[in-house]
Amino acid sequence: MKNDSVQKVVATGIGAALFFVLARFVAIPSGIPNTNIAFQYAIQAVFAVLYGPVVGCLSGFIGHVLTDMSWGGVWWTWAFATAVYGLIVGFFAKKINIKDGNFSKNEIITFVVANLIANAVAWILVAPIGDIVIYKEDASLVFTQGFVAAAGDFIFAVVIGGLLLYGYTKTIAKSGSLDKE
Amino acid sequence: MANKVLNYIPKDSFMHRLSGTTKLIVFLTFSFLCGLSFDTRVLLFLLVLSISCFFLSHIRLSEVKLMSMFLVVFIVMNFILLFIFNPNYGPELYGSRTVLFHIAGRYDVTLEQLFYQFNVSLKYVIGFPVAILFIATTNPSEFASSLSQIGVPYRISYSVSLALRYIPDIQTDYHEIAQSQEARGVALGKDVKISERIKNSVKILMPLVLTSLNRIDEIANSMQLRSFGKNKKRTWYMQKKMTASDYLVIAFCVVLFVVGMIITNQGGNNLYNPFI
Repeated sequence: MKNDSVQKVVATGIGAALFFVLARFVAIPSGIPNTNIAFQYAIQAVFAVLYGPVVGCLSGFIGHVLTDMSWGGVWWTWAFATAVYGLIVGFFAKKINIKDGNFSKNEIITFVVANLIANAVAWILVAPIGDIVIYKEDASLVFTQGFVAAAGDFIFAVVIGGLLLYGYTKTIAKSGSLDKE
Repeated sequence: MANKVLNYIPKDSFMHRLSGTTKLIVFLTFSFLCGLSFDTRVLLFLLVLSISCFFLSHIRLSEVKLMSMFLVVFIVMNFILLFIFNPNYGPELYGSRTVLFHIAGRYDVTLEQLFYQFNVSLKYVIGFPVAILFIATTNPSEFASSLSQIGVPYRISYSVSLALRYIPDIQTDYHEIAQSQEARGVALGKDVKISERIKNSVKILMPLVLTSLNRIDEIANSMQLRSFGKNKKRTWYMQKKMTASDYLVIAFCVVLFVVGMIITNQGGNNLYNPFI
């Protein structure tokens, strides 16, 4: 499809705007500062699945940086981790062929696995290590934050992201869904 | 509904007259230097600079009240948390231990820990005026052109500009959907259980995502019609000409960053250690 690259530019922008709105106005605090259990990662996962790794990565990064800026200070290591998260989920997008209207057992398993890997890498590896190396944060604190974020975001992304993807497939006609009467 | 958080406050000041590109460079310089450096001298200097920039912009503190209140709460919470998690991190970091008084168990209040936490808090404070300044004095439409001028590919810059353009719209969408679902009995208030809130939130997110996907198709089509992406470069409607003061400020930023990094890395790591 020739329209594809333009569509990706737009999807990145709108994805980032959604990320911002959800991160900024619809977050549930987890009790540890800097760490909200939030809906934006579910949306980011959905966008990564629908539009691929580049959109997943950039929409999250832009959304995250804008959100941080609106609070008055960008935490680059976590923004970078958000980008990594979207990128990894996006790599699995080809395996989840959602545009055909299928979101059954195989796709669901792939989606769960993708989220497990992506969350682990982003929040337990990239973000805490970045914080320790660059920001000289205390390891026990950032790893706790990382684990809380990884667990929370994993559950949220899988449950809410999964439900959203399932709902989305209901809106498109499946190929071969016509019956002969 | 107006976009109240990324709020451009139009005024006539030195900061407003600078081009968006310059302000972006200032913001990034501060952000990176403040992130990379743990040198108290550099941080204090940055603090003085960022506060004076703030005054140059004629933005009043009352105009950014909500954000400053959030910052104070955040710093206080972070301060307490840092101490609870590891009260001995400061002494570890600086390699010495000066106990001021004892609380209980492993909780000693040490000079090193206080100094470490002071530095962390300083970092939060420094970032604040510059980020606010950048948001409040840069027209959102100019933001994209600034990004593209510092070398970000124009497609990505355009995505950022789209994001800024559609944040208020999506905010409105969200409120409309939330209200119409509430009218149907989907409760979201603070008195609702968390599990219930999560379940109900899907009922709001679903229409929000679907309208957004439609919106993406619509915008993409109209951009396609106008041949977006045909050329390797594009021009920007809102782009300020660089003036002498712009070049001066940029040069200053470069010097600041280089000198800041040199001072920071003097002792072999990025700490300033007054305890040896």
